Amino acid sequence: SSILHIAAVVVSGTSVVVYMYTWCLSSSIHISAVVVSMFSTIICGFLFLLVVKRLPEHVQVDDPAVVKRLAKKLERQQIPLRSDYGYKVSLFSHLHQYSRKAPLTQQLSIPSTVIHPSIVRLGLQYSQGIVAGSNARSVALLHAFKQVIRDYTTPPNEELSRDLVNKLKPYISFLNQCRPLSASMGNAIKYIKKEISNIPSQCKEEEAKTKLLTCIDRYIEEKIVLAAKAISKYAIEKISDGDVILVYGCSSLVNNILCEAFEKSRKFRVIVVDSRPRLEGREALRRLVQRGISCTYVLISALSYILPEVSKVFLGAHALLANGYVMSRVGTSQIALVARTFNVPVLVCCETYKFCEKVQTDSFVSNELDDPDDLMVTRKGKTQLENWQDVSSLGLLNLVYDVTPPDFVDLVITDLGMIPCTSVPVVLRVKNLDQ
Amino acid sequence: MGQLVNSDNRMPGADKEADLTERIEAFLADLKRGGCGTGPIRGSGETARETTALLRKVTAQARWSSAGDLMEIIRKEGRRMTAAQPSETTVGNMVLRVLKIIREEYARSRGSSEETDQQESLHKLLTSGGLSEENFRQHFVHLKANVIEAINELLTELDGTTDNIAMQALEHIHSNEVIMTVGRSRTVEAFLKDAARKRKFHVIVAECAPFCQGHEMATNLSKASIETTVIADAAIFAVMSRVNKVIIGTQTVLANGGLRAVNGTHTVALAARHHSTPLIVCAPMFKLSPQFPNEEDTFHKFVSPHEVLPFTEGEILSKVNVHCPVFDYVPPELITLFISNIGGNAPSYIYRLMSELYHPEDHDL
Repeated sequence: SSILHIAAVVVSGTSVVVYMYTWCLSSSIHISAVVVSMFSTIICGFLFLLVVKRLPEHVQVDDPAVVKRLAKKLERQQIPLRSDYGYKVSLFSHLHQYSRKAPLTQQLSIPSTVIHPSIVRLGLQYSQGIVAGSNARSVALLHAFKQVIRDYTTPPNEELSRDLVNKLKPYISFLNQCRPLSASMGNAIKYIKKEISNIPSQCKEEEAKTKLLTCIDRYIEEKIVLAAKAISKYAIEKISDGDVILVYGCSSLVNNILCEAFEKSRKFRVIVVDSRPRLEGREALRRLVQRGISCTYVLISALSYILPEVSKVFLGAHALLANGYVMSRVGTSQIALVARTFNVPVLVCCETYKFCEKVQTDSFVSNELDDPDDLMVTRKGKTQLENWQDVSSLGLLNLVYDVTPPDFVDLVITDLGMIPCTSVPVVLRVKNLDQ
Repeated sequence: MGQLVNSDNRMPGADKEADLTERIEAFLADLKRGGCGTGPIRGSGETARETTALLRKVTAQARWSSAGDLMEIIRKEGRRMTAAQPSETTVGNMVLRVLKIIREEYARSRGSSEETDQQESLHKLLTSGGLSEENFRQHFVHLKANVIEAINELLTELDGTTDNIAMQALEHIHSNEVIMTVGRSRTVEAFLKDAARKRKFHVIVAECAPFCQGHEMATNLSKASIETTVIADAAIFAVMSRVNKVIIGTQTVLANGGLRAVNGTHTVALAARHHSTPLIVCAPMFKLSPQFPNEEDTFHKFVSPHEVLPFTEGEILSKVNVHCPVFDYVPPELITLFISNIGGNAPSYIYRLMSELYHPEDHDL
């Protein structure tokens, strides 16, 4: 995009020069000069439009122009538009809020001619919460894309490198409608698009397809599987015998670390903290108990009671932002805050492919709203919030993510090593230079 | 030794005495049953009123000749009541209030001024050279009537506590504020409803798992046309940056100004301090207890872990420890203001209020 910047500046500069030239020589106006200057302004206008970074649509729901533009784009791609559900809290009127009972696939005709069936299945798994967790979602996405590539045939008079990228665009819009893309998925998609556009035009189709499939396999292997091994190796150094480790929710990476540490005969016990309404900690509890690790289970409101026993806190992350903030499941910032009060070290484990260029200081501007009906609970046969829709002044808020400030986090363990939170932009810069 | 049995053998007297013991037994049974997680069967205000009414009946019907006898009877009943449910501190607090009333009435009957047999002042320690030798053995004719009248005054005070606190609401809430609260407190509900009559503001209620009493609070507030939002406990820190004030209720106010409140309150207090948001506690005076916080087992109360990890989870239950504590300790440094029926106070002043309400010799029942 920096090349586009320079090109835009150069072209606009030349167009200004040509205009001035034609004005000065007003007597001998050459048609060609005028035409060239017109063309150059048009081109530089387009380049500027491309260059200016657009805010993603899913955080501009309160802007009707943006919503209309999205509807037009989806209509062009023949993807149904998902409608919002329920009363939205005013602080979050700029975000979407969908109901799990109305998945997007109900509005599609099955079999869909526009969207590949494995993508339809993937979208449904995302929106119903069957595939959850940033690593799981990225791996599922990459496998679905592999299937798409296998089934792909280049139409005549088209180049694979350009056509395949265009084919992927409606799939990505569809997945975005089912559930907003995570930072890890965004990075994976960027990588795939780059790989596809780098395919040389003289490459034969079969060869290109195998090349792409191996690229994707290598990405999964390097960025996820091997990264997990490297992180485990570093993290196990930080676990000593007799430790009491607190974990929150279900992070595949943290569970991996604990299982490996247990296999290396470290003696520790784990406290799993869980929160409503997702109750993901139960899944983590099952996985750890299956390996034989002794566990305790509490809800997040009992945190102040249990923290005096804890010696270390291990947290997973959804993404690491460029200003050092950690974006993770809602409740993580609370755990880090209370742990800091009790002087317990907080370690965040995150692979480098989840680092993203965004910056954020609070959990409001860019977040995800889950189905508000999940907050309802039936106790002793009575559901207090049963008719919350009928009460006009009552709103339910089910946030998915929150951001933890870097001063609450003591260490970030990545596959490149153990770094402080503030070194995230350094890693991003190194990654960009590599690419 | 004073006895509870009326030595008259007339039928109405025996009936009255049986009625009293029946009421006390029913009250104790209620207290014991209220130990499950969803909280006591009646709110703490009603518990306080019921305790005081029972103590008034005991004073009226028991046979006693001097203040010392009466205090012994009250202490015995008080010990039974607090043993039924140790976490319900309002019962013990009311017993201590009544004991203080008896002491005051005795001192007034004797004619001595009130300050002389207050707690030891430095001067008194130096000059008297020992503990006070008051033994409350003198008999006064009008002591019974005076004590009962004073207990009636106490009951009227108890009846008006929620209204007194709610009256102060407009001094603390301005328009377009965002207020956060945790769980369910009848005092805070009345406070917010009173302010909502004149001002428009927004309330965020943290649901307080696993009992989710915040849901009931939210429905009640929204029925009074207050803009309410229910959030999960995990989102407390995430939304705290937009909150202007945190107003909470509590189960007990401890002697050092700290709180024993519903679990999750400590997290709210820490998040409020991080964002420099004032934390206001609405607590009537009968919740003030002379206990200090201690980290031993007596501070925490636990209920069935079924609330946290239900039996439907299956085999895994035998392999994990599950904890379900009910209360949290909030240290006084995190609290900005106490609003009680006698006005607003800083946490550093609580020790002084306590010395006015209870006599130091009664602190251990």
